Formats: sequence, C-alpha cells, structure tokens
Amino acid sequence: MSRNGPLALAFHTLFVTFILAPILVVCVVAFTPEGYLSVPTDRVSLRWFRAIADYPEFIDAFWNSVWLAAASSAIAVGFSVPAALAIARYDFTGREALTALFLSPLMVPHVVLGIAFLRFFTQIGLGGTFVGLVLSHIVIVFPFALRLVLSSAVGMDRAIEHAAISLGASDFAVFRRVTLPLILPGLASGWALAFIQSFDEVTMTVFIAAPGTVTLPVRMFLYIQDNIDPLVTSVSACVIAITVVFLVVLDRIYGLERLLVGRGSGDGA
Amino acid sequence: MTAVAVSRGWTPWLLAGPALLLFVGIVLVPLAMTVLLSFHDWGQYKGIEPVLILKNWREIIDDSYFHEMFARTLRISVLVTLIAALLGAPEAYILNRMKNPWKGIFLLVILGPLLISVVARTLGWALLFGGETGVVNKALLELGVIEAPLPFMFTETGIVVALSHVLMPFMVLSVWAALQRLDPQVENAATALGASHFTVLRRIVLPQVMPGVLSGGIIVFALAASAFATPAIIGGRRLKVAATLAYDEFLNTLNWPLGAAVAVLLLVALIVIIVGCNRLVERRYAQVFQ
Repeated sequence: MSRNGPLALAFHTLFVTFILAPILVVCVVAFTPEGYLSVPTDRVSLRWFRAIADYPEFIDAFWNSVWLAAASSAIAVGFSVPAALAIARYDFTGREALTALFLSPLMVPHVVLGIAFLRFFTQIGLGGTFVGLVLSHIVIVFPFALRLVLSSAVGMDRAIEHAAISLGASDFAVFRRVTLPLILPGLASGWALAFIQSFDEVTMTVFIAAPGTVTLPVRMFLYIQDNIDPLVTSVSACVIAITVVFLVVLDRIYGLERLLVGRGSGDGA
Repeated sequence: MTAVAVSRGWTPWLLAGPALLLFVGIVLVPLAMTVLLSFHDWGQYKGIEPVLILKNWREIIDDSYFHEMFARTLRISVLVTLIAALLGAPEAYILNRMKNPWKGIFLLVILGPLLISVVARTLGWALLFGGETGVVNKALLELGVIEAPLPFMFTETGIVVALSHVLMPFMVLSVWAALQRLDPQVENAATALGASHFTVLRRIVLPQVMPGVLSGGIIVFALAASAFATPAIIGGRRLKVAATLAYDEFLNTLNWPLGAAVAVLLLVALIVIIVGCNRLVERRYAQVFQ
C-alpha cells in the first residue's frame, strides 16, 4: 500500500465506509432483540430470523426466485452457446447488428421492458404466469450468459478442433467431445452470473409477477413500501449472506475481475 | 476477433437462429406493442381503446406535472453521474496503485455490492437515515450535534445519495478497466523527467482514463435515469421520477396508454442522450490517441 499517500488512504477509507455502511447496517439491525428497528447494544437475538419461518410469503417467494433464476439462466446459456459460436467464428453481414440486439437488454431500461412484457403477456394470455416470468428473465440475463460464453469461445484454440476433424470425428462428436469441454468454464460462470442477475431483478419483475409468482426481491420491495420493520431487515440480511457466499465462491473459481471486466472481444459492444 | 472464418452462407444464421427468434418474439414485438399502446385511448370506464391518437403525448407535453417529473429525473441522474465520477474515478486510481492482496480484497469489497440486491442496499440507507430511528440520525441527536433528524427519506438528496451508492461500482469498474490499459512506464518516464505527481496525474493519467470515466458516466446516467426501486423506496409515494410514475400509471391508476407514453419517452430520451454522448466520447478518444 506504500504507493498511496496518507491523503489517498484517508479517501480510500471514507470511500469503503460509504460502500459498506448501508450493507453492514442491515446485517447488524437484523440481530436486534427489540420489536422495532434498533442497533442491538447489550445483546443480540435471532428472533427476527426465526420470525421469517412464520411468514410463508417470504419462503414461497424465495423458492420462486431460485427456480426462476435456475431455469431462466440454464435456458439462456443454452441459447447463447450456438449464438456465441456464430458470432465468434463467422464473419457475416449483420453480425454487428445481431450482437447489438443480443446485448440490448443491458441498455433498454428494465422499467420499459417490464411494461412491454406486461402488455405482451397480457395480450397472449401468459399474464402473471411462471412461464411468462421465465421467458422475460431469459431475455434479461441473456447478455451476461452470451458475454462469458463468447469470451471463452473466442479464446479457444481452434487447432484442437481441426485435429479432431482430421482424425475423422463427426461435427457432433467435435462439438460434444472437444468444443463443449473447452468452453465449459465460460458456460458455468455465465450461468452463475446470469443466476445472480435474475435472482436480484426487481424493476422488471414487479410489473409482471402475480401474487402467486412473486419473487423474493419483489416481495421485499412491496413489503418495504408499506413499512420497514426488523423482519424485512432479517430477510435482507439472509439475501446479503447468500450473495456474499456466491460471490466469494465465484471469485475463487473464476475471478470477479475477469467476470465483471471481461476479457476477449465479446465485451464493450 | 481472432479466429474468424469467412462466412459459409447460412451456417451462422442457423446457429444464431434460435436466439434471434427469441429476441424478435419476446423483445422487439413487445417493444413495438408498447409504442403502439402509447397512442391508444383510455377512459376510466371504457378501458383501453385501440385507436391511434396523440392524447397521451399531448398530455405529457402540456402538463407541467410531467415537466417537473422529467426535470427531477434529469437533475437526479446528472448529480448521481457527477458524484460517481468525482468519487469513483480517484478510488479506482488508488485501488490500482495498491499491492496484492489488498488490491484484490478491496476490488471485491467495492465491486461485490453490484451483485447484492438493490432492495437490500436501499433498505440500508433507510436504516441509516430514516427519520428519528435512523442509526446515524439517532447517534447525532444523542450527541447533540443536530436538533432535528437530517431530512433524507422522501427527499431528492436522499435519492441522489442512495443511487450514487447503488451505481458507484459501475464507475469504478469502467475506470478500472481503462487503467488496466495504461502503461505504468509512461508515468515513470514523466516522473523521471522531473514532472511533479500532480502534473503526472493531470497530463498523463487523466487524459488516458477519460474515456473510461465518460463511458462509466454514460452507464451510470442511463441506469440512474431509469432507476426504479431506490427512488420508490427513498422517495416514497409523492416524490416521483419517470420510472416510478410509469409504475403508478400501470398498477395504480391503470391508465396503461399514458404509462406506456412515459416509458417510451424515457427510452427515446435515453437513446438520444447515450448515442450523442457516445459520439462525443469517440471523438475525444480519437484525439487522445492521435
């Protein structure tokens, strides 16, 4: 740390405090023994964590979110593999436009997508259904899956594939035995990043979730709109804990910097 | 791209076909339907009438309520972008000068919140400053520093601060990426030639990371202008921004065509601003590397 002067370190300390304070306060207040919002001073209590069990709406919403995120991320990765191979390996008219279209959910505000999906699903009879939620989440997590699959497809050594072909492997065998194992790390991290994005999504989902298909962030949001109490704080603390575990695992396996900054030419578009 | 083969006719389109069909069916068609919806008529009792009129658009253009709301959205987004640039860019620079393992740890600490639910992060701000029960307000009141709790909830200041926190990692990320392309030897050369630290920062580092700051600024601005959960929680039911207003029209008033018009206007305004800024960045970028 020697290259930074005292002023820089003071700034850094304030900055990290600014970033962490709101997150830590949620985790601290969640342990309050009182019936109202307060920082536990003399003792900590798990009463508000136990209280979550009495509110099935949070439990149901949690499982909705998990299934939704798992399904939509898996399907998005499935769609993104051939698309990434097409973009990484072929030079064709419309490639740029196609890439821009696939990455567009990053740029179109989620509130606009939420409105568009609400109108669309209501018209075609999928309003408020789980199928509708999955379809919409596939679209919003697709750019994340595509970017990571793309960067592993671009970075791959084609010579191994050519060797397999010259040894007489069929197209399908080359894909299953050579290409797929080589891009598997990109696939897995793409799925994981897509999972988190879907699990956290609230702005778009709030428009299209019906009472039976509400996700956890939407349930928390609607709850907070009415009142803020220690219960929603303990639920939030659980969500933060789950995310942090996920984050550390992802950082160990793939590297957070690589995941977010990206390598290869798939990003920046 | 490194290993790009010459087009073999329909192969790439067959490969990208499933995803393309998905996007046409579930993105382009719904967006087109929303644009169409913004021209439909609506009445309390008759519901949505599929005609093409300019009623909603005229209402947005004429009514000062909408002007005020869009001005507020713009004001908040500009302030959030400025705060993110002024704090995030120096922090990325400091971070980049750290040694491992601190570098890795603090990068995780600063970028990690990006993946934590926006609702949970905004709740944190409500717990810190929300009325007399807010942790910071309570402490300051007990210490006698302030006499009344600092106004935070239901204020624009509150929305700006909380949104800056939520979107800060995007700016750090963008400047960080620009710093990785910077050759540390150039800095060393300038220092060896007698430039002061300040001169190195101003003449060497800043021009080279400026594209990163600008592209980070575009991302932060776009996300701030369309932010929903944070302004809804901090701003409450009265202090509306574009996204929360559209939500209200859709789920409370049920005037879908008017809500669609607000959303389409937000989308168009954002596209115009983003494309315009991108042009500027590209021009600047070209100058930097001439």
